Amino acid sequence: MKIKESLGMKVFRFINGIILTALAIACVYPMYHVIMASFSDGYSLLGHSGALITPLNFNLDGYEKLFEYPILLKSYGNTLFICVVQLVLNVILTSFAAYALTRKELHIRRYVMLFILFTMYFNGGMVPTYMLIRDLGLLNSLWSIILPSALTTYNLIVLRTAFAAVPESLYESARLDGAGHFQILFKIYLPLTKASLAVVVLYYLVAAWSSWFSASLYLDDREKYPLQLLLREILIENDAGEMSAGVSDSEKQAVSETLKYSAIVISTIPILCVYPFLQKYFAKGVMIGAVKG
Amino acid sequence: MKKGKSEYHSVKNKAPLLKRLKKDVFSNYELYLMLLPVVAFYIIFHYAPMYGVLMGFQDYKPMLGIEGSPWVGFQHFTDFFNSPYFFRVIKNTLTISLSQLFFSFPMPIILALLLNEVKTRWFGRTIQTVTYIPHFISLVVVCALVRDFTSDTGIITSIFKFFGYDGRTMLTKPDLFVPIYVTSGIWQEIGWNSIIYLAALSAVDAQLYEAAAIDGAGKWRQTIHITLPSILPTIIILLILKMGTLLSVGYEKVLLLYNPGIYDTADVISTYVYRLGFESASYSASTAIGLFNSLVNIILVVMANTLSKKFSETSLF
Repeated sequence: MKIKESLGMKVFRFINGIILTALAIACVYPMYHVIMASFSDGYSLLGHSGALITPLNFNLDGYEKLFEYPILLKSYGNTLFICVVQLVLNVILTSFAAYALTRKELHIRRYVMLFILFTMYFNGGMVPTYMLIRDLGLLNSLWSIILPSALTTYNLIVLRTAFAAVPESLYESARLDGAGHFQILFKIYLPLTKASLAVVVLYYLVAAWSSWFSASLYLDDREKYPLQLLLREILIENDAGEMSAGVSDSEKQAVSETLKYSAIVISTIPILCVYPFLQKYFAKGVMIGAVKG
Repeated sequence: MKKGKSEYHSVKNKAPLLKRLKKDVFSNYELYLMLLPVVAFYIIFHYAPMYGVLMGFQDYKPMLGIEGSPWVGFQHFTDFFNSPYFFRVIKNTLTISLSQLFFSFPMPIILALLLNEVKTRWFGRTIQTVTYIPHFISLVVVCALVRDFTSDTGIITSIFKFFGYDGRTMLTKPDLFVPIYVTSGIWQEIGWNSIIYLAALSAVDAQLYEAAAIDGAGKWRQTIHITLPSILPTIIILLILKMGTLLSVGYEKVLLLYNPGIYDTADVISTYVYRLGFESASYSASTAIGLFNSLVNIILVVMANTLSKKFSETSLF
């Protein structure tokens, strides 16, 4: 039986569609604007205000200049290095912690959990943390960014909650068959909690890719800058000076205008390509984490 | 039966703790092996800096170190409470978090409710995928976009100019900082934050709606009496979590957006701590204010947790 929709309902659906479409446009337009601007001519961009529907005087100057930018590729490499090494550490440490803290055989797990949770609400603060990094000899090294982010308590809780939902009988039968804890973790727990693992990996990846602040505190050497820190220089501090030595001011301005946008494009597209593949896991994984806090 | 069980426990518990722990470690050594790097991580990167908190009670001199620097007690705390910055940073921090509570918090709920009414699958899917995009754009880029779009030639400025705005760069105006900060936050997280509510909505039994429809309840009344109550627990938990962070506005986004001209409305506790520590090298004062902020946060979290226990029978710890 199909209940006929009233006129009011039809009007509501129509308006709802319009609101959602408007929101979708608002979410997409900024990236669209950036892509169009990245293919535009710098001088035309300087004189332009308002929306961009198509590139202004299509050209690829922005990208050409960007790849001449001396430390861009270097910083890309630094970011990739940080992301890969950090993700490996993240997955290992988070799954170890989540597994050990789920097992009832570990009698001290309550105390360890309290010991960990306390750090979510209390920390030494910026200056003491800086001094720790300095005393560890990590200043001006990429490890100063990787190691402090090797494990995040929030993600640990997400994965631990998922592990807690794995049926105890699976664990017991594996134990009876003589499997050790490492084997059980990698062969039973992780494959069964793929959705949560995917979300946790995504959280870590987005955080590693976007992080700039610790790099700005701990790194002096520009050769070691991650992409985001370089971006901050180009975008926020408007400093494209190094690549345009020996050209006039107005040309410098025009070049930096379009270079800005191409920098955004090449730094944002990779991460935007990752998430649609993980999207099917979002609802499940995010839900578990957030409800249990 | 019951008695037997408790007897068994009491017998087991009679073995001395150390002995039990030894047996425990021996038979489950792999678990302890897993825990070792984790505990080491927390000790080094989370507990070790806590020692540095002592600087907040000293007149710290890098040459002398924590061991040698003179103690000044609560000097830095009282200095902060009496300084003109105290009122400014507390006011700004609270303004931002309360605006987020009132404006940003309900938005994902509204989006989830609207999406829930979409019956065309591909349309709903597309809207979801598209509204997640901003969440994946890095903060540096988001702030660059905000600065660009609200500059004197930006698209947002041109739109407002049409409605009578004077057309100057928006981030030079103290009054506009909080609206820009909050709106861009909504833009970035509305889609992502709606996921959790959508998941809760998809769990509602469809029979409830059918029964209500037969009883003559229209769409509006179905929303009020079925949909909202079913996601209320989720809303309450997230709301309480949010209350616990009232005095912590992150520094990263503010640092990327503000400028000295609008410190009056944009400078928050965490950015003040940052500038004291890393721009004016007032290590002790910076640490003291950070500590004050941490303590207030703990009090707020404990209060929020107590409230949560009372009203939703759920608690964080």
